[in-house]
Amino acid sequence: MSINRRQFLRLAGVSTVLGVGGASVLSALTGKGEAVSQTTPHFTTDPRAITGKRWGFAIDVRKLKTDEDYQKCISACHDIHNVPDFGNPKDAVKWIWKDTYEHTFPTVTEDEIMNKELKEKPFILFCNHCAQPACVRVCPTKATYKRKDGIVMQDMHRCIGCRFCMAACPFGARSFNYRDPRGKDANGRPFIRKENKEFPTRMIGVVEKCTLCYERLAVGLLPACAEASNGAIVFGDLEDPNSEVRKVIDANYTIRRKPELGTQPSLYYVIGGRE
Amino acid sequence: MKNAGKVVIGVVIGFVIFFGFPFYYNIGKANVAPKLKYDTPAILQYEKQYGKKECVESKAFMSAEHMQLLNQWRDAVVRSGDRIYVNSRGESFHMSLQNTCLNCHSNKKEFCDKCHNYLAVNPYCFSCHIVPKEKQS
Amino acid sequence: MLEKALIGSKRYWLWIGALLVVIGIAFIQYLHQFSYGLGITGLSRDVSWGLYIGQFTFLVGVAASAVMLVIPYYLHDFKKFGKIVILGEFLAVSAVTMCVLFIFVDMGQPMRIMNVVLHPTPNSIMFWDFIVLTGYLVLNIVIGWTTLGADRKGVHPPQWVKPLIYLSVPWAVSIHTVTAFLYAGIPGRHFWLTAIMAARFLASAFAGGPALLIILSLLVRKLTKFDPGAEPIQALGKIVTYAMFANVFFLGLEFFTAFYSNIPGHMAPIEYLYTGFEGHGKLVSIMWTSSILAVLSLTLLVFPALRRNENILAVACVSMFVSLWIDKGFGLIVGGFVPNMFEGITEYWPTVPETIITIGVWAIGFLVLTVLYKVAVAVREEGGYHD
Repeated sequence: MSINRRQFLRLAGVSTVLGVGGASVLSALTGKGEAVSQTTPHFTTDPRAITGKRWGFAIDVRKLKTDEDYQKCISACHDIHNVPDFGNPKDAVKWIWKDTYEHTFPTVTEDEIMNKELKEKPFILFCNHCAQPACVRVCPTKATYKRKDGIVMQDMHRCIGCRFCMAACPFGARSFNYRDPRGKDANGRPFIRKENKEFPTRMIGVVEKCTLCYERLAVGLLPACAEASNGAIVFGDLEDPNSEVRKVIDANYTIRRKPELGTQPSLYYVIGGRE
Repeated sequence: MKNAGKVVIGVVIGFVIFFGFPFYYNIGKANVAPKLKYDTPAILQYEKQYGKKECVESKAFMSAEHMQLLNQWRDAVVRSGDRIYVNSRGESFHMSLQNTCLNCHSNKKEFCDKCHNYLAVNPYCFSCHIVPKEKQS
Repeated sequence: MLEKALIGSKRYWLWIGALLVVIGIAFIQYLHQFSYGLGITGLSRDVSWGLYIGQFTFLVGVAASAVMLVIPYYLHDFKKFGKIVILGEFLAVSAVTMCVLFIFVDMGQPMRIMNVVLHPTPNSIMFWDFIVLTGYLVLNIVIGWTTLGADRKGVHPPQWVKPLIYLSVPWAVSIHTVTAFLYAGIPGRHFWLTAIMAARFLASAFAGGPALLIILSLLVRKLTKFDPGAEPIQALGKIVTYAMFANVFFLGLEFFTAFYSNIPGHMAPIEYLYTGFEGHGKLVSIMWTSSILAVLSLTLLVFPALRRNENILAVACVSMFVSLWIDKGFGLIVGGFVPNMFEGITEYWPTVPETIITIGVWAIGFLVLTVLYKVAVAVREEGGYHD
């Protein structure tokens, strides 16, 4: 037995954003006698959820003018996902970051003579959510796996911390918790500056990565980086020819990172075309 | 061996002393099951509004099966992308330990810990899932 | 038979005691790592495997090398290996034990290790490695214990053990092939993405393992009344020589492909290991140490006259073992991670706690080996042996 339409509408109306679920939903539903009936318990999708066949991004860094523009995208992600800052590159955890053109596309830049603007423009990087992910292939516990909407997910409950996926990922998209992310540095400053109480942290010894804001898509919100990017990061379904992301890819010259490895990245970087 | 009999007796006595320790150590001590508190603001508010206290499923089910239910919720949310739990009463909930369960049971120390400590189990849920700040220590 | 390990000389107990002390110190360090996390090691976001996984890889080779005694003895009826084949089998048991422990200390969440079994994943090479290593451990314990037990009673080993022995031959090859596949199937790690990896692994294993066995046999002769015999040691010496030549040849093939093709990604890790790369060269000196020791050992081994002198043979074997230990137990892993996925450089060097834990695992391996060899030697000293 599925949830009837009326309940769905009430649910959607009451719980606005992530996490306001809980008691408010409970009260809304039990307020009426009709809801109390015998049902076989089951799971279902939130009616607000955004669904697709293969999520992808078109990223046009030309629209990120200042350093702040980049930082906005990075903070939008790292703040809501409680990504720790261990304060050193060795233990670093990052879901989204910026790097140079040469580091982003190492296999296509063996050339000293190149477009100066490109050479100096930082790119924004996160998990490619590959269609043929090497990390998923190697994981011995299915802790990382591919969802039917194309998200390469990481189940931090199941991860044993073997770091095979970090060796396998050709894009350096994965981070390991070398220390307890709930801990503090020598000066007593917590690694997670300000906890988002609606999202979990991770624990010591597990691998983490960008999860394509699966928790936001589930309640009808766009990925945080795309939302904060001022149109530079366009999100959508790559298999839908009418999606916005496909339109950007159609209208511009785009490249992907290390396409020769056959992992089929879902991040398209706009290099040329109309602004 | 000459003293095989004595050795066996010695071993048996040693075994009883060593492994029987938890039993005679606790003889005569009250071993009462902990009383859990259902008096958080969210729960009281709910009771005021609807005249009863109830969880997503019956109390008996929850105390016996909450760990299995949470495992199912975990897999449904993380692995299948389903966010809504429809319970046996036909009501819907967002499946979230942090945002749904702990919203009502905001007293981890008086609720979760009491029972877990009593049973000497140490689930790692809260290594990641953030617990609400508690007023009482 | 295990009771034989409880009777020993003062020297024996001193050795056991010393190992236990080392294990104890390392265990305390491990507890520290367990609570602080793997941040205690030199590992980083860019170099996420290091000494632990290197040791694991190297020791899988040592374990597989038992097959170099099993094949001649059981398949070609080379009787001279009869007395020492047990030493190879027990060495394999000790090596696999260390492999398992190195994986364990490398894990971020070791308490969840059973997830590998609870959620079996056939597409993961790690899953298969888990299976073949466990199987190999069981095979060698069962075969070694049963044949030794039969020897002790002076009877033939039971018939059922024969099929297991034959099975152990391809199984030994499988453990090292699967371990090579951990690396050789990863896109984007140029240093590892080579079809010859498994062959290289087997060649280096069949050189390094028997080299260790020669050293151990010479030690056994020196410290006990059991003489493994000069002839089997010489036969092993020949195996070591051929295998090491194959190994060096395979390594040369890697160099050719990388540098003749002139593909930057393929050249970079080799340059990093042997000459330094963009000003970074922490591994250069030890990689050259490895190369020099390899050449030295081959020079000593290739001339039969030199090789027949057991002192020279011992020097050659020690050099070779150290050479392979550096090359496979360290350089091979680090080379896969440097340069990183962005063609940047993050260097790696093990920390003190990491080194102590590594030594501790070796100590456990030596403890297992000592106990098993004690039993085997005691049986042999009693004259228990049946052709």
